[in-house]
Amino acid sequence: MKRLNLTNRQEGHQRRNRIISNTVTYVILVLISIIWVFPFVYLLLQSFRGESTGVVGYLLPEEWTFDNYIALFNFNDQYPFIRWYLTTLMIAVITCFFQTILVLMVSYALSRMRFKGRQGIMKMILVIGMFPGFLSLIAVYYVLRQINMIGNPFGLILVYIAGSAMSYYIVKGFFDTVPHALDEAAMIDGANRNTIFWKIILPLSKPIIIYTILTSFVAPWGDFMMSSYLLGNNADNWTVAIGLQNWLTGNNGQNLSHYFTRFCAGAVFTSIPIVIFFFCLQRYYVEGVTGGAVKG
Amino acid sequence: MSDLSYLGLSKPRRIVYKTKRWFMDFPGKTKNFFKKIPAKLGKIGNKIIQPFINLKDAFVFGDWKTRLSFLFMGFGLIARKQYVRGILYLLFEIVFALFIGFWGWKYLSQFGSLGTVATAEVWDETNGLWIKVEGDNSMLILLYGTICILVCIGFAYTYYSNIKQAFDLQQITSINGKVNGVKDDLKALADRSYHKTLLALPMLGLVVFTIVPLIFMIFIAFTNYDKAHLPPENLFTWVGFENFDILLGGDSVGQNALFAYSFTDALVWTLVWAVFATFTNFFLGMVVALLINKKGIRFKKLWRTILITTIAVPQFVSLLLISQMFSSEGIVNALLGSFGMGKLVYATDPIWAKVFVIIINVWVGIPYTVLSCTGILMNIPEDLYESAKIDGANPFRMYCNITLPYMMFVMGPSLISSFVGNINNFNVIFLLTGGVPVNPDKYVAGDTDLLVTWLYKLTVNENNYKMASVIGIIVFVIVAVISLIFYSRSSSVKNEEDFQ
Repeated sequence: MKRLNLTNRQEGHQRRNRIISNTVTYVILVLISIIWVFPFVYLLLQSFRGESTGVVGYLLPEEWTFDNYIALFNFNDQYPFIRWYLTTLMIAVITCFFQTILVLMVSYALSRMRFKGRQGIMKMILVIGMFPGFLSLIAVYYVLRQINMIGNPFGLILVYIAGSAMSYYIVKGFFDTVPHALDEAAMIDGANRNTIFWKIILPLSKPIIIYTILTSFVAPWGDFMMSSYLLGNNADNWTVAIGLQNWLTGNNGQNLSHYFTRFCAGAVFTSIPIVIFFFCLQRYYVEGVTGGAVKG
Repeated sequence: MSDLSYLGLSKPRRIVYKTKRWFMDFPGKTKNFFKKIPAKLGKIGNKIIQPFINLKDAFVFGDWKTRLSFLFMGFGLIARKQYVRGILYLLFEIVFALFIGFWGWKYLSQFGSLGTVATAEVWDETNGLWIKVEGDNSMLILLYGTICILVCIGFAYTYYSNIKQAFDLQQITSINGKVNGVKDDLKALADRSYHKTLLALPMLGLVVFTIVPLIFMIFIAFTNYDKAHLPPENLFTWVGFENFDILLGGDSVGQNALFAYSFTDALVWTLVWAVFATFTNFFLGMVVALLINKKGIRFKKLWRTILITTIAVPQFVSLLLISQMFSSEGIVNALLGSFGMGKLVYATDPIWAKVFVIIINVWVGIPYTVLSCTGILMNIPEDLYESAKIDGANPFRMYCNITLPYMMFVMGPSLISSFVGNINNFNVIFLLTGGVPVNPDKYVAGDTDLLVTWLYKLTVNENNYKMASVIGIIVFVIVAVISLIFYSRSSSVKNEEDFQ
């Protein structure tokens, strides 16, 4: 009834207001998009620059070239990018496999089972998480050095996998929401916990499994702190993150003027597969993040 | 004051009233707290004593089979036909004895002094040269000593459970109960005690690669392990709380004075950074999410996808790139120059450097906030807004009085964890500025260095392990206090069972 009482003028006024506010919103959104995309456009364009290799103050290259990319594939270079790439890929695949399984196991145990020490374990993980991660790394470094594992990617993999239990929280949150009635029904049918876990809970948890795979695969690509500390100074052993950082800051900053464009090419080459992988599984990632935020 | 008259108060008055109440209640609360202490201590005491009482009972009331378990672990189990368990216990005892006897003892015995013989050069008469004679390695003594102590604790626990099981078994057999065989044990591992199967490996990893190292590093905080005391050439030893004293300014001579100053400065900056980084991300992220989800705005998916690209590209790539874009020769300063403005160089300007890292952190963080906000925003009941509109509220008031409180309620806990995460945010600072601008008044720390990046620099560049561990411990204390205050108020943590 209220609508009928409005005069035409009022309605027109409202419409005009809405159009203005929408236009403003669009302008802001476009601006935001430009700000967020600009660095990546810059990265892509710089990776094709041929006239110089340092940092420059303009966007479009004067001379276009693929040389920066070609240089990445030299195994015998002083800085063998392709070797770093394959090392990181191997680390990521192995870590991802084991970490996913371990995280699922820990989360299931903490979500579904009630046993003595359960609260204790959860509190302990909470407390450990409050220490700066680098602190324990110092001692791990010495342990690995005693068994000659410094500079060895498998040492790093071991450290990554050993920390799996720390990231149980989001997956546990998911398991908490799977109805208990399913377990009970299966138990009445004579299934034991083991069967319930593998045959009932896991098939229902596809979104969260994919989320775990995604995050644990991407993490080693972005990890700088652990890998730079545990992989040592020999460029042959590095991962992509250490190598690319070295191209910008290494050699007391001398590397920057020689390697900036190659850094851009390497960064593009590293990012593309991850971005594709990420966008394919984006739905699951969003679900994981949202679920985690809501439950805190 | 009754509830009704409280509700009648205006908002500022309510706050005044609440604060007053809090202070008025304070003496009572403290009294209650102290009243509870004896009872709590008694409870803890009971818990500690209980195992010893059990041991005594087992010895007094046990038969010879149980009593022999005190000497030979697992004997009581073997004698009562639980062969596999019993043999495992026995094997464990033997391995433990060999471990401590042949390897652990030499480290454990030196644990109090951390080594006495330094590496030295000795004149060899027969060959006529100086020979290096290896002394004690304090690092290894401390490391292996820590491991041995933990193994001993593990042994004590196993020893206790061995006797308890032997005694339990004696009581079960005395009433002709069923004795579980290996098959039953294995079956239980897949069912009733499936958690043991699931947790064994992950927990082992956690203990070996996180807990042992942490305990070791906490020990380091009480030694003088630094550049001047580097093993294997030099020894280091226990110094008590001296390092904490240095850091808190108790010993302000020479370099130590630098330390106290750098610490307070880094601590303040860390807290300022964490507050700004958390709240700018939260509020601005929410605004962007609202804009995207506004009614009548099209291409919602496109806007979101653009933001998600930032998450998809590995963080170190974007951070390193941005640090170059904003360098003095970089594109941003070139653009500013072409508009006729002065350069903004984070490497030399401390204030701009701090603003810069916070701004870039917004760039990094907003996409995450948008992702987690979107779902929650859609859950806010539409009629709240409708009724507000009828009451004549403008969009800003609706945001302040509906959206914000709702979001705060739902996202509160995750806000705390991101605050804690920001205190320990290594990547953003280290890859963006690396701590610059360099500050000569500080000990190896730049102006944008957080406590964590300072800790990293102290270890990697300076080998100053003692101070690094002290800083680590202090960061832990800060984080623990903050989390305790907030988590104890959050109901979603308390009522875990209700939620399920």
